[in-house]
Amino acid sequence: MAPADPGLARSADAGLGPDPGPGPGPDPAAEPRAPVIELVAAGYTYPGPPPVRALKPADLTIWRGEHVAIMGPSGSGKSTLLNLIGLLDRPTEGRLRIDGIDLGRASERDRAAVRARRIGFVFQSFHLLPHRSAVENVMLAQVYADLPRRRRHQAAMAALSAVGLAGRPDSLPTALSGGERQRVAIARALVNHPSLLLCDEPTGNLDSAATTGLTNLLGHLHEQGTTLVVITHNPAVGALAQRQIKIADGVLTETAPSAAPGAQEAQEAAEIQEAAEIQEAAEIQEAAETQEGGHDGALAG
Amino acid sequence: MEPWLVDRPRPAVAPSRLRLPDLGSEALAGLLQRPARAALTVLGTVLGIGGFVAIVALSQTAAGQIGRAFNLQDATQVTVRDSGAARAASPTLDFPGDSDARVAQIHGVVAAGVWWQVALSKASVSALPASAGGSPLGLPVIAASPGALTASGAQLAEGVLFNRFHQDRAENVAVLGPTAASELGITSLVNQPAIFIGGQPFTVVGILSGDARLPELHLSVIVPENTALKIWGPPARFSVAQMLVHTRLGAAQVVARQVAVALRPGNPKLLTASAPASPAQLRHSVTSSLNAVFLALAGIALFVGAVGIANTTLVAVLERSGEIGLRRALGARPRHIAVQFLAESTALGLFGGLLGACLGVLAALAVSVYQHWTALVDPRIVLAAPAAGAIIGLLAGLYPALRASSIEPADALRR
Repeated sequence: MAPADPGLARSADAGLGPDPGPGPGPDPAAEPRAPVIELVAAGYTYPGPPPVRALKPADLTIWRGEHVAIMGPSGSGKSTLLNLIGLLDRPTEGRLRIDGIDLGRASERDRAAVRARRIGFVFQSFHLLPHRSAVENVMLAQVYADLPRRRRHQAAMAALSAVGLAGRPDSLPTALSGGERQRVAIARALVNHPSLLLCDEPTGNLDSAATTGLTNLLGHLHEQGTTLVVITHNPAVGALAQRQIKIADGVLTETAPSAAPGAQEAQEAAEIQEAAEIQEAAEIQEAAETQEGGHDGALAG
Repeated sequence: MEPWLVDRPRPAVAPSRLRLPDLGSEALAGLLQRPARAALTVLGTVLGIGGFVAIVALSQTAAGQIGRAFNLQDATQVTVRDSGAARAASPTLDFPGDSDARVAQIHGVVAAGVWWQVALSKASVSALPASAGGSPLGLPVIAASPGALTASGAQLAEGVLFNRFHQDRAENVAVLGPTAASELGITSLVNQPAIFIGGQPFTVVGILSGDARLPELHLSVIVPENTALKIWGPPARFSVAQMLVHTRLGAAQVVARQVAVALRPGNPKLLTASAPASPAQLRHSVTSSLNAVFLALAGIALFVGAVGIANTTLVAVLERSGEIGLRRALGARPRHIAVQFLAESTALGLFGGLLGACLGVLAALAVSVYQHWTALVDPRIVLAAPAAGAIIGLLAGLYPALRASSIEPADALRR
């Protein structure tokens, strides 16, 4: 199916088979931005009794390189949404696509494969293995992604460097602060170069200083091109995202991006631009009318 | 700085895997997380397997000792009893006249002969004729063929044993057992002494110093078989004749099977041969009686060990449900989770089996050294023990592994 809209992913080639690895592929420069996550009328109902519609059918598209915040009170369905995107649950209705691969009804094998290689998870309670060092925790992600053992340590150390913990790879989680533990978790989520970083209340267990540090890190990663989806109830954290999606009672609404500081300027610039264009158009119109002064007004628009 | 994303749509996703080396290291790490608990869990299996190995080794050792404590004498003797005479209405002798010769022909027989105790109504033996007074002694009188004396291993202090001449002619001769001789006051044959049995004179031709197989001879006056038959007739029902057969080592079983037919081919059932249990039979009886009881005990210990492993693994699964959820989020499939916990329980069983085998062998060795036995251990048992432990661990871990694989990651991570 050749999509007319270049914004939609090409799912024709998105079969599941042996990964050719980083090899020849379509030229990234010529590639239009592709969606990482697509929910099409996707919803989730907990079986009863009584059945609970935790997520009403929703459409959501998240593009590569975006930083999206999903915000809502507890019980609003944001955990359900996270579980759907993270392939921990299947939508009971609608479709779900990740990297163009239809996964709502896919086998557990395929879903596990995508979880291993395309999605990186960061949890509120970190979920580090307490008896293993930082670098060993990061390497756990490489076990199921089947990275050859020889290359694991090097890749894990690179990931720890990216989060600023290169100096403490052998520390146990108990010896690390909350913020440092979350950084290890982020390194673990990133070590397999996933398409998407999914964060569930990443600053929920951190103090304000660590929260600031973490949001800076996330912003830094975003600047480098990581696609970020952050579930948070902290407005300050949510405000840093390009897009904010509010969720309440299982319903998604996208708020205007004016809430974001960067978008504020963009909005103003857009308004100025618009005003300028209108002004320009008006001037051209006037000039045209002046020029045609002799004609009768029948042709004037 | 390298962009942390490879901005290339990758059209295919390889399945997540759990490679064998990773499985090993993950299972080991899981066990070493709680070393004390793992050690306690293993204890049951150690006791069970160790018990099995020690018992089997000790029973093999004990059976091996049967050879050492084996009584050479018993192993080279067959006794044939005149069971027909015991059932007969009147005194009978079912052994033919040429019994000694017939049985001596059987391969493996060294010597054989017939004997019985003569039934005398009253004490009848005396060194003096009746007329000379003195009360007769109640010494037993035994009728014996020459072969019986040879087979009994009788040693002479003085004189000779009877021979075929005495037997064939039913001579009135006697051989005295050592105690009988002293009772009768006959210490030497120089004066050609005579004794009187029931008033009948017998020439003493020999005095025994001892014998190997017929302690009855010590106190007895021994007369030739045919002489006894001539004077007192066949043996009474309560004192039937027996044949003593001295065989070569190892031949007793075979000879016992043949002797009745050789003596009375027409009616072998008149005679009943009995041979001592062979060493193999004895070993078998030792091992089987030991095995039955103690293997049951070891089996109980093993069962307890298996239950311990199952319980510990199940508790680990429930405790580590957060870890399970994490692994699923990292791409593990349910089968990867199941196999990980199965590997842990199998490792526990394997380790218990190894340790149990070592301790069992050491225990058997210690007992053997203490008892001055020669330790015998079948190497197959020692090799099979760790394998048995591993299998027990595997079976014990089946249910916990199943539980682990069915844990839903969303629930597990929420906690």
